[in-house]
Amino acid sequence: MASDALLFYAFAAAAVIGALLVVTQRNPVYSVLALIASFFGLSGLYVLLEAPFVAVIQIIIYAGAIMVLFLFVVMLLNVPREDAAEWDRSHPLYRPGAVRAVAVLAILMALQLGWALSRTPGMSTGVAEDRAAASSVADLGVKLFSGAGANGPGYMFAFEVTSILIIIAMVGAVVIARKRED
Amino acid sequence: MISSQFDAVIPILCVALAGLVVLLAEAFRGRDEKMPIGGLGIIGLVGAGAASVLLWNRQAESFGVVTADNFALFVNLVLVAVGILTVIFSSQTVERDGLPAGEYYAILLFTIVGMMLMAQANDLLLIFLALETMSIGVYVLTGIRRNQPAGTEAAFKYFLLGAFASAFFLYGIAFLYGVTRSTHLDAISSAIAAQSMSGNPMILLGVGLLIVGFAFKVAAVPFHMWSPDVYEGAPAVVTGFMSTGVKAAAVAAFVRVFLKGLDPMVADWAPVLALIAAATMILGTVVGVAQTSLKRMLAYSSIAHAGYMLTAIVAANGDGADTGKAAILFYLAAYSVTNLGAFGVIALLGTRERANDDLRDYAGLWHTHPALATLMTFFLLSLGGFPPTAGFIAKWYVFGAAVGSGYYGLAIIGVLSSVVSVFFYLRIVVMMYMTDRDARPVPAQISRMAMAGLVLSLIGVLYLGVLPSAVIDFAQASISTIF
Repeated sequence: MASDALLFYAFAAAAVIGALLVVTQRNPVYSVLALIASFFGLSGLYVLLEAPFVAVIQIIIYAGAIMVLFLFVVMLLNVPREDAAEWDRSHPLYRPGAVRAVAVLAILMALQLGWALSRTPGMSTGVAEDRAAASSVADLGVKLFSGAGANGPGYMFAFEVTSILIIIAMVGAVVIARKRED
Repeated sequence: MISSQFDAVIPILCVALAGLVVLLAEAFRGRDEKMPIGGLGIIGLVGAGAASVLLWNRQAESFGVVTADNFALFVNLVLVAVGILTVIFSSQTVERDGLPAGEYYAILLFTIVGMMLMAQANDLLLIFLALETMSIGVYVLTGIRRNQPAGTEAAFKYFLLGAFASAFFLYGIAFLYGVTRSTHLDAISSAIAAQSMSGNPMILLGVGLLIVGFAFKVAAVPFHMWSPDVYEGAPAVVTGFMSTGVKAAAVAAFVRVFLKGLDPMVADWAPVLALIAAATMILGTVVGVAQTSLKRMLAYSSIAHAGYMLTAIVAANGDGADTGKAAILFYLAAYSVTNLGAFGVIALLGTRERANDDLRDYAGLWHTHPALATLMTFFLLSLGGFPPTAGFIAKWYVFGAAVGSGYYGLAIIGVLSSVVSVFFYLRIVVMMYMTDRDARPVPAQISRMAMAGLVLSLIGVLYLGVLPSAVIDFAQASISTIF
């Protein structure tokens, strides 16, 4: 159990620190690389949750395919490093008046939230049947395509709705990106 | 009647099918062949409307997650009306601006699919998918005039902020799932009630994030920043569609999630919503007064109207609960026909080169287009809440519900902001009749079809304003089935 907790904190730290680096780096290429590190941390968390399929997918699709695409786009666009002085000037904490007040307020609220969550009574953590369903690809498929049953409504209809979502996204992308005819 | 497990999704299927047919028709269309593509869309929408009427009172449910209760069907009918009117108004814009007709109508129809699903979904996961379907469609429609920098800018802003809001919404769902172990609204409601966990910070966080997501979609303060820019940059027809359809769908899902799924926590979220509603009504009207572009002005007006709808949601708990819930539905119907009509007029007056949406463009409209000026007058009076139009009954009903539930402050703010808003609606009316037209180019001729659409909207506005009792009964029957 102790090693589990240790692994959890290690992976969680990797995910959070990676995410922080994404937004604090001034060189966009470093941001992308930090995002990959963050995704690896997330993937480790999925393994701990006994969802190896999701973990592998996370690596293959997000850390692999999508991030390579990101990297290529960033490199092809040749995005310049952000100017440090400009960054400092436009940072909310350095801006005068109301903006700074709001930024400080947001930080205070985040701290309060963390405090409140740390004092939250323990939740019923077992999502047992879902966990079992995610453990193998076959079970995951059965769960995904099952209709309404004893274990809740099932995900079949939601799965079908994604097809509409993908159609509209595809048609939309073509409309926006197509070369103008006239 | 034959009934199957597909019953509840029939209205959605009709529209989705029409969307696919439109896409195929465009694909097989010859290069210069004319095809009534919009007509195909109207057929699908009429089918969805007919299916909604036939499903009335049958409480159909499909797949355990899609319901066709009367509440959803009422919203469906409003969305069908919005869709048909939008298709009618679109024909002129599509032709004038050289938009890709097939893709435009297909995206429009798929967006309506998302909207209907939002009204009918009974599961947070599905509501999220529907929300995304609707949002992506609207992002694309906003930027569909690609030769206009303003439209592209608006689409990009809307896309970035909208994606951000969706992330908030999804995060809220994740928290609720973590606490209640379900995304189904019934299960969430019973889990919260059973464990009496209204003070639990985790679930409060989830509810808060859901409020942020919904408030963004209905453009409520302080998540309204995007709407004036987006409403101004989009083609006027699309703006009309967005300001009515998106709002109706988002409000419907809002009502279902909060009054059904999160009903056990009403004491926690009602004060927050009351505050948002008050801020939305005040800001929408006060800033609206200062606008010089008609589209921006109507954007702020629609922010204010979102405030009135939120007032109705807040008023839907307490002593005036039943009136409040019915008031939401009636308000949606009244606001939709009115606002669509107003944006329809703006769309007709635009030309390819100039949108003609400045307030000064409306000076002396009565002398050049008396019919349009008359129609616009009715729509503006209805938005301001004058009898005998739909807007008056809708507002009266909402404020009555607020008073009935003991939210006197909200009712007073609502009435005062309505009075202020009358100033900027009447300013346009005065300009149309009492100012001489300066030497601006007179816009192109108005198509008969679009005129028919405007007259239809006007009939709707007057019908809801003069003989509201039938629709009010309808609305009351709808809400009694789900709560």
